[in-house]
Amino acid sequence: MSIWEYANPKKFMETTARLMPWLVALTAVTLIPGLVWGYFFSPEAENFGTSVKIIYLHVPSAFIAINAWIMMLVASLIWLVRRHHVSVLAAKAAAPIGLTMTLIALITGAIWGQPMWGTWWAWDPRLTSFLVLFIFYLGYMALWEAIENPDTAADLTSILCIVGSVFALLSRYATLFWPQGLHQDASLSLDKAEHVADVYHRPLVLSIIGFVLLFITLVLYRTRTEVRARRLKALQARERMA
Amino acid sequence: MIALLVRDIRLAMRAGGGFGLGLAFFLIAVVLVPFGVGPEGGLLGTIAPGILWIAALLACLLSLDRIFTLDYEDGSLDLLATSPLPMEGVVAMKALAHWLTTGLPLTIAAPVLGLLLNLPESAYYWLVVTFLLGTPALSFIGTFGAALTVGVKRGGLLLSLLVLPLYIPSLTFGAEALRRGAEGMANTVPLLMLAGITLGTIALLPFVAAQAIRINLR
Amino acid sequence: MELEVADLACARGGVLVLEGVNFRLEAGEALMLRGPNGIGKTTLLRTLAGLQPPLAGRIGMADEALAYGAHADGLKSTLTALENLRFWARVHGTGEGEIGRALEEFNLADLAGRPAHSLSAGQKRRLGLARLLLTGRAIWALDEPTVSLDAESVRLFARAVERHLAGGGMALMATHIDLGLAARALDLTPFRADPDRAGKAGAGGADGAGAGRVRVPHDPFAGAEDLA
Repeated sequence: MSIWEYANPKKFMETTARLMPWLVALTAVTLIPGLVWGYFFSPEAENFGTSVKIIYLHVPSAFIAINAWIMMLVASLIWLVRRHHVSVLAAKAAAPIGLTMTLIALITGAIWGQPMWGTWWAWDPRLTSFLVLFIFYLGYMALWEAIENPDTAADLTSILCIVGSVFALLSRYATLFWPQGLHQDASLSLDKAEHVADVYHRPLVLSIIGFVLLFITLVLYRTRTEVRARRLKALQARERMA
Repeated sequence: MIALLVRDIRLAMRAGGGFGLGLAFFLIAVVLVPFGVGPEGGLLGTIAPGILWIAALLACLLSLDRIFTLDYEDGSLDLLATSPLPMEGVVAMKALAHWLTTGLPLTIAAPVLGLLLNLPESAYYWLVVTFLLGTPALSFIGTFGAALTVGVKRGGLLLSLLVLPLYIPSLTFGAEALRRGAEGMANTVPLLMLAGITLGTIALLPFVAAQAIRINLR
Repeated sequence: MELEVADLACARGGVLVLEGVNFRLEAGEALMLRGPNGIGKTTLLRTLAGLQPPLAGRIGMADEALAYGAHADGLKSTLTALENLRFWARVHGTGEGEIGRALEEFNLADLAGRPAHSLSAGQKRRLGLARLLLTGRAIWALDEPTVSLDAESVRLFARAVERHLAGGGMALMATHIDLGLAARALDLTPFRADPDRAGKAGAGGADGAGAGRVRVPHDPFAGAEDLA
């Protein structure tokens, strides 16, 4: 029994059908307590006030926003090397979720930034790279939409994902050269969060685990939908042939 | 392959080839800036490096979808794919032809437009240097984007959406190197990064773009 | 010099259209591809030209032996007839002298200096066909070569094909016009891929293709069984 067996759409659908209820339950029992704990039962920070609570949405969504792209990159590579259809459909399924998470991270960041820094937006390297990531998600999804033949679309979006990743890294590096590039960014980082007291740290970790499970659940749901859509396309093509 | 280069340059120069369009766009985009931000010389001089880079980048973008779409529509691309030329070479020649008909003219025109924007005197040397080092990357990245979207009808807008984010590193390093150079600061690192990106795209992207063309033709 | 196609399967837009295609072409022979619209004549020619990979089977021929002639002629409208041909001659490493001969053969010498956009559809087609002579390749794979040619031009083209065959060349054409050539015809209808059989081999995975035919890697989504 190798992991590649799940590359067969039928096998994938059977297994995930059994898995989905458990995943939904698991997501619910981590995400909801994590957020409730963070929002209602953790103390307010002395110099941050209530606004610190947004960390329980902001950090997990930012974490997923980046890792969703990395997951898409890996899935695209698997498709290009091993031609497993489910892999590339999972990448396609992850893109809108990654896009949404990036948007959540940007919006919660702006809401947090307003009282903290006195501005909704700053061209800080970290913020800028999230904006760039947002555009990359858009481009990836737009290319999927534009191409009729599913295998062609899969190949080209995978290539875009790989090349895009290189340029995304370069952009990240490039913004570090900005003269104003060194301010304020540490307050947003996960490293910093790990230094904060346990009272903030524990619910945050639970929220992150919840977000990861939410991401996996959503990706699997969407992949199942994509597999069905792809099957519909194949059946329609067969219809035309007969 | 030289035949292809010559043909593409000749096509660009002939009627409807779009050779002058990119330059004209560059001129208009730059001329519009003082109307938008006001004629105050000091401010214009400060933002001129960035404006020139952005305008050049947009002018470059204009002609990208001609690189492959016309050849795709009239069947030349199929014939080129079955010819003895390697597709990688075809892509590289097309990117080079694009640079010779867009990037190079833009580089030559940029100092003149710098005058209009009150660009500081110390900046002209760096303006030409950063343009020479950076614009080839714009053509090669653009050719990659054009290869991705060659099969898409009315793909121009999609092409812009795909290519513009890929231009961010070149734009950042190019404009930064120019700005630092103009202010007399050390700009070796962004300059080297700019050149590195250009060399990297010239060396690698033709292979990726050739693969994208093959996928689109099949 | 020969072209041998064995158990070839090809797809159009990801859908299997032809399978088990077998034929053989010797030097000096021509083969006419027949079959109703949509059977896959263009797909077969594009596969032979190497523009798309075959799903299964073998194409046996020398490297760079095939000259492909598509529906579109690949002409640049702002270049003159001569410039168009000169470009393809240089791409294929053919000498300048051949260009004049190609122009003569298709009765284009008077039009050499005219830009391609000022030529009529038939003249453009002749220009596109003249390109074949400049490829220096033995196997002509042509997709509807006589479209928009008048009777006189069709005769011109038939003579060019005859001369090509006499010189040891081969021709493979998807056309319904009788060129008056001593050519065999190959009807593609028997090679039409069976969508239902393709389906049975699909989603289940491993049970392979139908009896006697080469196994084609099927679209895993086109299976007959339903997904969970």
